[in-house]
Amino acid sequence: MIFGAILAGGVGSRMNIADVPKQFLPLGNKPIVIHTLEKFMLCTSFDKVYVGVHPSWISHMEDLIDKYINSKAEKVCIVPGGEDRNSTIFNIVKSIEEDYGENEEDIIVTHDAVRPFVTLRIINDNIDAALKYGACDTVIPATDTIVESKNGISITNIPIRSHMYQGQTPQSFKIAKLKKAYYDLSDEEKDILTDACNILVKRKMYVHLVMGDAANMKITTVNDYKVAQAMVGGMAID
Amino acid sequence: MINYVYQLVSPKLISVKHEVLDTKEMVLIRPEYMSICQADQRYYQGMRSGKVMKEKLPMALIHECCGTVVFDDTNTFKEGQRVVMIPNHSSTKNDVIYENYAKDSFFLSSGHDGFMRELVNLLPDRVVQFENIELPIAAITEFVSVGVHAITRFDLAAHSNRGIIGIWGDGSLAYIVASLLKELQTESEIIVVGKNINKLSHFSFVDKTYLADYLPSDFEVDHAFECVGGEGSYFAIDDIIRYINPQGTVMLLGVSENKVPIYTRDILEKGLSFIGCSRSGRTDFQKAVELLGNKKLQNRLSTIIFEDKPVSSITDIHRVFQADLSIPFKTVFRWNL
Repeated sequence: MIFGAILAGGVGSRMNIADVPKQFLPLGNKPIVIHTLEKFMLCTSFDKVYVGVHPSWISHMEDLIDKYINSKAEKVCIVPGGEDRNSTIFNIVKSIEEDYGENEEDIIVTHDAVRPFVTLRIINDNIDAALKYGACDTVIPATDTIVESKNGISITNIPIRSHMYQGQTPQSFKIAKLKKAYYDLSDEEKDILTDACNILVKRKMYVHLVMGDAANMKITTVNDYKVAQAMVGGMAID
Repeated sequence: MINYVYQLVSPKLISVKHEVLDTKEMVLIRPEYMSICQADQRYYQGMRSGKVMKEKLPMALIHECCGTVVFDDTNTFKEGQRVVMIPNHSSTKNDVIYENYAKDSFFLSSGHDGFMRELVNLLPDRVVQFENIELPIAAITEFVSVGVHAITRFDLAAHSNRGIIGIWGDGSLAYIVASLLKELQTESEIIVVGKNINKLSHFSFVDKTYLADYLPSDFEVDHAFECVGGEGSYFAIDDIIRYINPQGTVMLLGVSENKVPIYTRDILEKGLSFIGCSRSGRTDFQKAVELLGNKKLQNRLSTIIFEDKPVSSITDIHRVFQADLSIPFKTVFRWNL
C-alpha cells in the first residue's frame, strides 16, 4: 500500500504575523496545509494520507478538513505530531501499522506541509522511485556555490557545485527500510540526524534522487511567505 | 490547491504561472497526452502579427489533449475516467447557431490558457469521456472533431449528387477529412489533390490522388473541401472553382493569415456555395469519440502521428515544438509536468 504523510507538527510561526503555525496561514484563499493536502488527495495512488499535527492544533486541523476536504475526508487521517520531525514520521508509521498492519512493501511519501507548490509529477516520481529503489529524496541542483565552514569563521571546504543539490521534500521510503535504519540509531544519533534520508545514508543504504522544482519552496520565513503570496497573485501580509 | 500553468510569454519563451485552482462545480483533469496544432506552432514561433501576439499572450498553448479525471465536484465523472477536453467555451445556448460560432465564444489556447497545465479545471459539459482509444490517438480528438464538424455541416448543406468529393490539401487536416469522409460518405468517390507526392502517398485509402499541377483536363468534382490554408489558399480555391460542377458546395477549412482573392464571376455562374468551418463543439466531440472507437480508423490515424519523447521540463516543451517543425503530420507527446 502507499501512504502520504504530511508533516504539519510545527507550532512556531517565525512570521511575526500571528500566533498561528505557518502551515495554517492563508495562501490565496486557503491555509497553506490545505493546498498541500489537496494536491496529495489528487494522487490516486495513495490509499490514505496521514497528517501529523501538534496535539494542540488537532481540532483546528479537523475543522479545516471538514471545511475544505469534505468529499474526500475519509481518505485523510490526523495523527498527533511528535517532538521533532522524525518522531512525527514515526507516529504516522505507528498509526499506519495500527490501521493496516506491517507490510514489507508499504511505501510512505513524507512531505512538509509548508511546501504547497509540490506537483503531481514530483509526488508520482517519488512513488515510482520508492517502489523501485526503496528510498528517494527530492532535490534540485544547487545554483549557488556551497561553502563549508566548520567553525563559522573560515572556509573548511568548497565542494564541486555540480555535485551539490538542495534537498526538498517529499522524501519517500519503504516503511520497513526506514524503520530498520531508524531503530538502529543510538539516541545521540537520533538527536543529530533530523533528516530522514540522512538516516539511511548514514547506514549506507541507497537513496535515489528525484528531481524537484525550484518553485517547490519551503515557506519558513516572512520573506518566503511574501514570495509565495506573490507567486499565486495573492495579497502580501506584513 | 496550487496549479502550474506553462505560459508562452513571448516567442519561444515559456514561463510558469502559479494559480490557486478553482474547483467548485468543476471537473479536474490531469492532462496525459497532447498534440501540437499549427495554430500553437504559429504562436510559439511568433508568426502571428505583433498586434495578435500582444493581445493573446501570455497564455498556455495546446488545445488538443486527453487526460484523466482526478476530481469532480459535480459528480458527473468518476476519478480515473479518461476524457477529452473541449477548448471552445460559450455561455449562450442557441438551437440555430453552433456553439463554436457564438459571439461570446472563446477558445483555450487563443487568448485564454490552453491545456499546458499541471491540472485543467473545466465545467462538466466541456468534458467528454472515452474508452478503448489509444491515448496518442485520443490526443488528436479535437482535431478529428473539427473534421466531424465540417462534414456534418456539409451533409446538411450539399445537394445529393455526391458522386465525387474532392479534398484540396495533403496535410493532417486533409488526411483527417479524407478518413472521415470514407467512413461517413461511403457512396462517394474521394479524391485528394495535393502538392507533395510523398505526403500524398499516405492517402492509400482514398480512391485517387492527384498532384495539383497535373490535374487532367477532364477533372471534376461535385463538392470540395479546402484544407490548404496559408499562402496556398488562393491556388486551392481557384482550382476548386475551376473544377467543381455547378451548384457544388465548397467547405473552407484552411486558415489564411491574409486576404485571399477569389474569382466571384465563376462562383456566381456556377451557383456555388462556400461554407466556412472553424473549430467544433460538444456534439462534434461526441461523434469524434464514437468514430474513434473504430480500430480501423485508429490504425489509419496512427500513421500520421509521431509520438515524441515525454515532456517533463520546460526544456522538453521547446524540444517538441522544435521537433514538430520537421514532422510532416501530427506531433503528440506524453505530458509529465
